[in-house]
This record gives sequence, structure tokens and C-alpha cells, in this order.
Amino acid sequence: MRWLRRHLIGIIAILVLVYLFVPIAVVGVLSFNSPVGKYNTSWNEFSIDAWTNICGVPGVCSSFVLSIQIGLFATLVATIFGAMIAFALVRYRFRGRDTTNLLIFLPMATPEVVLGSSLLALFLNLAFPLGFWTVLIAHIMFTISFIVVAVKARLQGMDPRLEEASRDLYANPAATFRYVTFPLVLPGILGAALLGFALSFDDFIITFFNAGTLVTFPVYIWGAAQRGIPVQAYALATLVFLVALVFVLVVQWINHRRRRSLEAAVGIST
Amino acid sequence: MTTTTSTPVAATSVSTQRRPRTGYLLLLPGIAWLAVFFVVPIITLLITSLQAPVPGRSGVYTLGFEVSNYADALSAYWPQFIRSFVYASIATILALLLAYPLAYFIAFKAGRWRALMLVLVVAPFFASFLLRTYAWRTILSDEGAITSFFNALNLLPDNRILNTPIGVVLGLTYNFLPFMILPLYAALEKIDPRLIEAANDLYARPFTGFRKVIWPLSLPGVVAGTLLTFIPASGDFINARLLGSPSDSMVGTAIQVNFLQFRDYPVASALSFILMAIILTVVFIYIRRAGTEDLV
Repeated sequence: MRWLRRHLIGIIAILVLVYLFVPIAVVGVLSFNSPVGKYNTSWNEFSIDAWTNICGVPGVCSSFVLSIQIGLFATLVATIFGAMIAFALVRYRFRGRDTTNLLIFLPMATPEVVLGSSLLALFLNLAFPLGFWTVLIAHIMFTISFIVVAVKARLQGMDPRLEEASRDLYANPAATFRYVTFPLVLPGILGAALLGFALSFDDFIITFFNAGTLVTFPVYIWGAAQRGIPVQAYALATLVFLVALVFVLVVQWINHRRRRSLEAAVGIST
Repeated sequence: MTTTTSTPVAATSVSTQRRPRTGYLLLLPGIAWLAVFFVVPIITLLITSLQAPVPGRSGVYTLGFEVSNYADALSAYWPQFIRSFVYASIATILALLLAYPLAYFIAFKAGRWRALMLVLVVAPFFASFLLRTYAWRTILSDEGAITSFFNALNLLPDNRILNTPIGVVLGLTYNFLPFMILPLYAALEKIDPRLIEAANDLYARPFTGFRKVIWPLSLPGVVAGTLLTFIPASGDFINARLLGSPSDSMVGTAIQVNFLQFRDYPVASALSFILMAIILTVVFIYIRRAGTEDLV
């Protein structure tokens, strides 16, 4: 009983993590299913057909590739714009700071249906054709705020003495930025970019409003649901999940090693 | 593209001089993007919501000042509004109850597992939102273990979870849980653990220590987390569609159907505008009450 009380929070924490992962596990398991009929919702028998023939259903791979393309483009633009805003907010004094903060905050405080439908209202009124460009525009728009917040947190958490030290050693501002500031902020920017990509790649609601006849991976899944989502979609989703998870864990591990060797070299402990 | 490639270089050369002009240049592309593709669309939404139909041509509308669109939207869809806010509120409270222990554990007790656990919290973002929600259909199916268990205890009013409001709320709670955990963790992590020791040393019982020390200091995280859960949950239509019955539809469903199927743009825009106005009002009252000044 005392053991239970001591570890109660830990047990609840593990259970919540399990809760987060149960549906992902179900998706993974169903990717090895050979469903009865067209709906892949209950277990029938083990099969690796979907994995060996991952593009075997028309449309599934093209929509997947399209989502990756849009995700990469949107992330690139949003990361550049967002990081620039974060720098301006943390490092510069200017008028209109409150308005800027508000403009960054509002897209995050607006439900996706409103963001998606308002952009659609704009495109309809301008008679702008829906498709790749409208989806890309939308994805850049809703990712910027999240990037700003992530990069800003990293910049604020930076030790200002490192830049002061660089200046004391007669580094000009460009050199300080190039050799001190940028390398220190880079992991934060990359982390923000990864978040941006995840948001863009998996977005359904805003995309659905502005896609027209364009079929991204989530739109494909939504459309396929009526006639049964192919097992291949489950395999692709599982694949993305595993690749992303391994990638993040490797980055974490490298960061951890780098920090330890740095601390050993400088002889400080933080 | 010229502005995006040239400004960072310009910025670096003068960054320490803090010239406001460089600051503006850094802001320009991103802020311009948000102005054109966020602010202008919201204004367009407002204009569209007041448009009048062109007689004899369905799906075509002309500039007008039809305030009655709002009355039409509300009288037809008030149950959807109420359901949205009720479901989203319950889901937010459930998510807070689930997220707090996990965030607390990661912040104070996880030790060297902390980084790994944080990765696990974000991991669901990398698995398809739609497929995860479909997976709940399998988990909560009428023949499934969970439904059978609760049925054996006679706890379910409809003898099922799927296609009921319970299913919708469970889905909403699940889907937005990481948005609750991360800000809670960020707030808890800033708390000096010695404050808890101090409370213990002063013979505070564990719960009193929590109530008087940890909880007040974690409030910024609670505010951010509840908003980041409540806002997307109240506008969602996927969970209602996949885990609920047609009579559990939410306001997001109404906006989507009116925009994309009925092509009744004015009513759809009015619904969308009302939803945004309600949420922003709630957000600003809530932030003011909670006393957090920093929005972002």
C-alpha cells in the first residue's frame, strides 16, 4: 500500500503514455492485417502484403509524396519567416511589438475550421483556383506562429554571456552571429522545423477546405473511408511514425553526447 | 525570394546595434504573410457572411448587408454550438486530469528518462490523426473489450461507446492531449524542486504543498494547455463524424457541410465568424482572469 502511494504518480504517468500509444499500436497492427471485406477495422489474419506492395493501391503513394512535398516547402518558408520574426521579437526594439505578438497569437487561438473556411472565402471571392498553391499558402500561414513560439523560447533561453564573450574577443557582429548565435539557436530552429513539418504533413481540416481536387495523404484517407481505407495507408502511416521517432531519438542522443563532451571540455556543469 | 535571402545577412551585420529598421525588415515577410492570408481572409469571411443570394442562381452571392444570415445560422445550428462547447469543455477537463500527473512526473521524477518521455509525448503527432481516430473505432467497437467491460458494470446509457457523445468526447480528449501536456510540462519544469522540499520541511502535507506551491506556480501552463485543447476541440468535426452519430454533430460539421456541400457561403461564413468571436471572447476573458500577460 505504501509502495502504491509512493509510486502512484509514476503509475498514472505510464498509463497516460500507454493511452497515447494504444491507437498508434492499433494502426501498426492493422498494417499487418488481411481484412475480411473492404473495411480494415478488425483483425483477421497476418499478412505482409501491404508492406511488400506499399504502392499497390492507386493514389495512395502519389498522395503520400504530395503531402511530403507540401510539408517540405511549407516548412522551409515558414521556418525562415518564423525564425526571422522570433529574432526580431527577442533582439530588437521596435514599435508595434504588442500588435505583432497579437498577430502571432491569433492564428493559434483560432479553430482550424475558421482558418480554413476564411481562406476559402478569400479564394472564392478572388476566383483563385484551388489546388497546390492554395494548400501551400494555407500551410505556411498556420505553421508560422508555432515556429515563432518554438524559436523564441530557444533564443530567450540562451545565455547572453556567450555573445558578450564573443564581442569581448573582438568578433564583429557578423562573426558573432555566424559562430556563436546561429549554432546555438540552430537545434531550436531544426526542432521547430520538425514540428512544422509534422503539422503540415498531417493537416486535414484546413487542407480539406482549400484543396479543391488536390488529394493529400489525409484527404486520401478521408475520401477512401467510405469504400474502405486500404491497408497500404496503414503501412505508410506506420512507416512515417517509425522514421520520425527514430530520427528524433537519434537527434536527442547526439545532442546529449555533444553536451556531455562540451561540458567535459570546458569543465563546467550546468 | 530576394527579401528572404538578403535580410538575414543584413540583420547579422548590424544585429548588435539594434537598429529598429533591421527589426522591421526581419518581421516583414512573415507578418505580411499573416496579414494577407490570415487577417484579410477573416475580413473576407465577415463580408461573405453578409452577402445576399442572387435570385435564380444557386451558389452565387452578391455584396450586401444581410444581418439575417446570422439569425438564420443561429436558429438552424444553435444545438451544434452548444454541443461543441459542452463536448470541448468536458474533453478539456479530462485532458487536464490526465495530463497533469504525466507532466508532473516528467518534470520532477523522470530523471534521465525525461528527454525520452518528452519524445514519446510528441510522438503521436507523427502518426496520422485520421487513422488514429479510426483506430478508436476498432478499440471502442461494440464487441470490443472496453465496451463489454463497461456494459458488464451497466455504466453506459446506450450500452455502447461508439456513435455516442461519450465516443466523441473520448476522441477529443485523446487527440488534443499532447497540447495539454507540453505547456503544463514547460510551466512545471521552471519550478525549483527546492520549493517542494521547503514545503515538506515546514510540515505541509503533500496535498497542501501541492495546492499552495505547485498548483499556483503551474497556472500559466494550465491556462495555455486548456486553451490549446479547448480551441481545436470546439472547432473539430472529425471526432464527431468518426466516433459519434449524426445527432452528435458539432459546429465544425455545420461549417464544413454548408461551405463544401450546400455552397451556402453566407450562412457558413456567419457560423464560422460566430465561432471565432465566441472563442476569442472566451480566450481574452480567461487570460485576463488568470492574470497571464504574455500571450505567446
